[in-house]
Amino acid sequence: MKHLKSLTAGVALAAGLGAAAPAFAADEIFVPLFTYRTGPFAGSGVPIADGMKDYLTMLNERDGGIGGVKLKLEECETGYDTKKGVECYESIKGKNPVMTNPWSTGITLQLIPKAGVDKIPVLSMAYGLSAAARGDTFPWVFNPPNTYWDGLSIIMKYIGTQAGGMDKLKGKTIGYIYLDAGFGKEPIPLFEQYAKDVGFTLKLYPVGATEMQNQSAQWLNVRRDKPDFMVMYGWGALNPTAIKEAVKIGYPMDKFVSIWWPGEDDARSAGEGAKGFKTLNWHAVGADFPAMQDVKKYVVDAGKSLYPKEKFGELLYARGVYNAILIAEGISQAQKITGKKVVTGEDVRRGLEQMDLSEARLKEIGLAGFTAPLKLSCADHNGHRAAFVQEWTGTAWKKVTDPIEPNLQVVTPLLDGAAKDYAEKNTGWPKRTEVCDKAS
Amino acid sequence: MLYSIFIDPFVQMAGAPDLLVQTIWEGTVSGVLYALIALGFVLIYKASGVFNYAQGIMVVFSALTLVGTYQKLGGLGFSGPGAAFLALAFALLVMFILAVTVERVVLRPLVNQPDIILLMATFGVTYFLIGFGEYVFGGEPKQMIAEQLFLPKGATEFQMAGGFVQLQNIDVAAAVIAVIMIIGLSAFFQYTRIGRALRAVADSHKAALSVGISLNQIWIVVWFTAGIVALVTGIMWGARSNVSFALEVVALKALPVLILGGLTSIPGAIVGGLIIGIGEKLGEFYWGPLVGSGIESWLAYVIALAFLLFRPQGLFGDKIIERI
Repeated sequence: MKHLKSLTAGVALAAGLGAAAPAFAADEIFVPLFTYRTGPFAGSGVPIADGMKDYLTMLNERDGGIGGVKLKLEECETGYDTKKGVECYESIKGKNPVMTNPWSTGITLQLIPKAGVDKIPVLSMAYGLSAAARGDTFPWVFNPPNTYWDGLSIIMKYIGTQAGGMDKLKGKTIGYIYLDAGFGKEPIPLFEQYAKDVGFTLKLYPVGATEMQNQSAQWLNVRRDKPDFMVMYGWGALNPTAIKEAVKIGYPMDKFVSIWWPGEDDARSAGEGAKGFKTLNWHAVGADFPAMQDVKKYVVDAGKSLYPKEKFGELLYARGVYNAILIAEGISQAQKITGKKVVTGEDVRRGLEQMDLSEARLKEIGLAGFTAPLKLSCADHNGHRAAFVQEWTGTAWKKVTDPIEPNLQVVTPLLDGAAKDYAEKNTGWPKRTEVCDKAS
Repeated sequence: MLYSIFIDPFVQMAGAPDLLVQTIWEGTVSGVLYALIALGFVLIYKASGVFNYAQGIMVVFSALTLVGTYQKLGGLGFSGPGAAFLALAFALLVMFILAVTVERVVLRPLVNQPDIILLMATFGVTYFLIGFGEYVFGGEPKQMIAEQLFLPKGATEFQMAGGFVQLQNIDVAAAVIAVIMIIGLSAFFQYTRIGRALRAVADSHKAALSVGISLNQIWIVVWFTAGIVALVTGIMWGARSNVSFALEVVALKALPVLILGGLTSIPGAIVGGLIIGIGEKLGEFYWGPLVGSGIESWLAYVIALAFLLFRPQGLFGDKIIERI
C-alpha cells in the first residue's frame, strides 16, 4: 500500500511537472544540433559543432535571436553513430524542433522517412542522400549547396583539365579511397558511370571505420596499382591518416584531390610532405567578415565558445558557420512567409524552399564575399553550386582554381533516376502534397 | 576464380618481392603494436583474473595526457624537449594514480565478485576515462610530440629486385622499443621479487596470500605496468598517425590477438600479435581486391577463429581440464 501511494504521488508529481514546464517556452525557436565532440570522428566534428553553435549564439547575443525570437540551442552527441543519432532524434522530436542537422549521411538516411511524418525538415548540408536534391520527391529534405555527386563531377572536371582533357583520361587509372560507410559509398555509382563513359580504370580502396588509423594496406595497394590520380571521400581520423600514408609512399600530392571535408589539422599533421594536397571548397576561411567579427566579439571573446581562439575562422569552423547561416536563413524566410515570429518545422520547410541567399542578402548579414549566392526552390533543394579547388601550402589553404560548375548533364539524369528508384523501393513513399509557395 | 585465390597471389609475391617484404614489414609493425596492447590485457588478467576492457582507452588516455599536458605547458611558455619529458613524467604519474584508484575504488570493493561483475566494472572505467579525457583535453585529435621526445622521423629506403622497400624510422623505433619492453617485462617478472610475487598471484590468489604476498600491492603494480605499456603504445601509434579517440578502436584489434594467443600467455600475446598483424596485411593486400577490399577489419577474427579450430585454448593458453 505504501509503495502504491508513493507510485501514485510520483506519477502525479511527474504529470504536474510536465504540465507546468513545457519542453521549451512558447517564445523560443528550438534548434537541436546533432554534433560529435567525442569518438573517432571528433576531429571533424568539433570545429563544425563550434562553428554552427557560435554563429547561432551570436545571433542570440547580438540580435536577440531571429526576428526578435531567441533560438533555443541544444546539442545532442551522436558520436557519428547512426544508432545514437536516431536516439537523439527521438529525444528531441517532441520538443517542436524546426529542423534537424544530422551531420552524418548514415543518420540522414534514417531520418529521411521520418521527416515528412513528423513534419521536421532535414537539413543535410552538402552530405546525405544526393537524390534528396529533388524537392518533388523529397519535400522535407534539403542538401545545399552541392551533392556528393556534384562534388565528384567537379573533381572529374578538374582532373580532366590536369590531364589535358577528359579524353586523355582514357586508359588511365583513378583510385578512390573512402570511408566504407554510406557517405563514402554515395558517389560510387557516378564514379563507375564516369569510368565506363570516359574509359579509365577505377580502383576502390575502402577504409573501414575501425581501420581509419591503420591504412598501410590500402596505401600499399595504391603503391602497387600506381593510379594516375587519387580521389578521397574521408571523414574524421581517416583524412589525416590518409594524407600521412600518401606522403609516406611518395604519392604525388598534386594528383591527390579530396571532397570538401579535410581541414587544416588534417593536412598540417602530415608535415611538409602534404604541400600540394587538394580539396574542394565553396566558401572563404578566416575572420575578415563583419559577421565573423561579431561571432568573435559576442561569443569567442566573451568566453562563450568552446573553440580555441587561435583557430578561429579555420576551414571546418567556417563550414559550421555556413551551416548555421542556412539554418538562420530558413527560419528567417519562414517568418517572412508566414508572418509568424515563432515558427514550426512546417513553416521552416517552406522557408528553406524559398531560400534566396543573394549577393545583397549576404552583404546585409555581413558576409559579402564569404560564399557564392544560393537559391533553392520547390523542385531543387540543393542549388548545385560551383566549388573551387584549394591547395595546402604547408600552413594554409590557397585557392588554385576559379569556381568549377558541377557537370549537371551527367548528374541530373542520375539524380532523377535515383529519386525515382528511392520512391519505388520504399513502398508507399508519399507523392508530394505540400503546396509550393509563390516565390518558388 | 580458383586461380585468383590459390595461384595469382603467389605469382604476385614472386613477381614483386619488394612489395611482399614491404607488406610483411607493415604487418610486423602493426603486429608488434597489437602485441603490446594485448600484453596489457594479459598482465592484468593474469594478476587479477579481470578482462580489462579499458586497456584500449588507456592507450588513448595516456597518450592524450602526454600531449595535452605538453600543450598546457606550451600555453605557459614552456616547450621543447624539457617540457616533453616533464609531460611524459606527468603522464606516468597519472597512470600510477589511475592504477591506485582502480585498485581502491574498483577492485578492492569487488573482490570475490563474479568475473562478469569485474568485467562490467572495467566498462565503467572505460567510459569514465573517455569522458574525463575529453573533458580535460578535448576530443579533437592531437599531434604526437615525437620530435620533442627524440623519436626519429624520415625513412630508410633500400633497393630490392627492381623495386624498393621503405622502412619508416618511427616504425623501426616502434619495433625496437616494443621488443625492449617485452624483454624488460619478461625479465622483471622472471627475476625480481615483485615479478615472482605476481606469478604466484597468477597461479593462485589464496596460496599467494597464505605466504604473505599483498594482493592489493600486486594489483597496483600490474595496473601501473599495463598503464606504462599503454603509454608506450599510444606514443608509437600516435606518432604514426595522430592521438585521437579512433585509437581506441584500433586497440580493440588486440581481441583477436588474445583469442589467438590465449589470455594468460605473454609469448602468446607476442606471437598472436605478429600472426594477426602480418596475416591481415597479407590478406588485405593479396586477397582483398578479389572481394572489393576492406577485409582487414574482420580478417583478423577469421584468422583467430581458424586457429581456434585446432587450439581451442589459444596458441599458448592454458589447457582447461574440468572433471565432471
